[in-house]
Amino acid sequence: MYEFTYHRPATVDEAIALLKSADDGKLLAGGHTLLPTMKQRLASPSDLIDLGGALATGIDVSNGCVTIGAGTCHADVATSSDVANAIPALAKLASMIGDPHVRNKGTIGGSIANNDPAADYPAACLGLGATIVTSAREIEADDFFTGMFDTALGDDEVITSVRFPVPAKAGYSKFPNPASRYAMVGVFVSSAKGGIRVAVTGAGPCVFRQGDMEAALEGDFASSAIAGVTQADGDLNSDIHASAEYRAHLVGVMARRAVDQATG
Amino acid sequence: MPSVSMKVNGSEVSADVDARTLLVEYLRSDLGLTGTHVGCDTSQCGACVVHVDGKAVKSCTLLAVQAEGAEVTTIEGMAANGDLHPMQEAFREHHGLQCGFCTPGMIMAATDMVARHGKDLDEATIRRELEGNLCRCTGYHNIVKAIAAAAKAMG
Repeated sequence: MYEFTYHRPATVDEAIALLKSADDGKLLAGGHTLLPTMKQRLASPSDLIDLGGALATGIDVSNGCVTIGAGTCHADVATSSDVANAIPALAKLASMIGDPHVRNKGTIGGSIANNDPAADYPAACLGLGATIVTSAREIEADDFFTGMFDTALGDDEVITSVRFPVPAKAGYSKFPNPASRYAMVGVFVSSAKGGIRVAVTGAGPCVFRQGDMEAALEGDFASSAIAGVTQADGDLNSDIHASAEYRAHLVGVMARRAVDQATG
Repeated sequence: MPSVSMKVNGSEVSADVDARTLLVEYLRSDLGLTGTHVGCDTSQCGACVVHVDGKAVKSCTLLAVQAEGAEVTTIEGMAANGDLHPMQEAFREHHGLQCGFCTPGMIMAATDMVARHGKDLDEATIRRELEGNLCRCTGYHNIVKAIAAAAKAMG
């Protein structure tokens, strides 16, 4: 790890001021992606701005929404009875991230800001039509995840919370990489007043909505309705863990399991 | 250099550290608490698990400065007055270790597991909860037995 100057601001505003004045500042939330990246010298920020004392933590369920403070760790979402009652698939998703120790440190804000192509939370955001609340504005999930490790966040913008509308039904199924527990493929489905959403993570360079499956589920929200819908493998990831063709197959299997879970 | 203060195994400690210092490096090099091991150094193996404010975390993926003001417990803080902690005793009794390298992390993960799940830990839960701790000797069988036995003893 290269040298950096460490800051621990008490507020988000202070963090933004530090970010603006730094040559190449980076925000540190749970640190479970950034620190390993820095150890490998793939990132070498001049300034590390620790949001540990600045970000809101906690979960609020009201007005048909689950709102989660950006600094809330995965373990707290996974074990929250409020989340389990409102959107059980979201609690389940959080319980499947990494391992127990990772879940005690990793945060929802950090996961979403990083937008790893195989991370779980982006699937929940896109699959539920969440709103990402930042220090500057509110961004719909549909506009937020713009590419591999890329988001709509501005340079000096900090995620402060994530608001998930409570759907009628939702499910999440993931085929984890057996070593890392990241998604080889994860599919989040939901049925709500606004319509059907099917969000796929792990398969492509960035989380995406599976439109053909959404259309098929619109009239009949049952796994049988998407039994014949296939995922094209042209733009999917191919690596030592799985070929694009295999991932395309997994999209179908995980989607059907997610629908079964939502309707079960 | 930033300064850091925390409570480790009940004792107040403070030091000026290079900001890059990982918590595990601070524990091992500055405090001489070498019971906490570095296995993979990539947040996978769990040999470095310690408790920070009562929660099991991987100390290779935490800066020492992030533990400012925290209460840290390492494997050295588990035995009391010369008596092994029930989890340590169960690992000894059930032969839950061979080379012992992963054991400190296993013990810290296991006590956190019992704190969250209580005394009636079934085998499937124990195995799932051990996802973040790798052992290359035992095949986990005796580790699982030890944790189940200790959970009962601790309950």
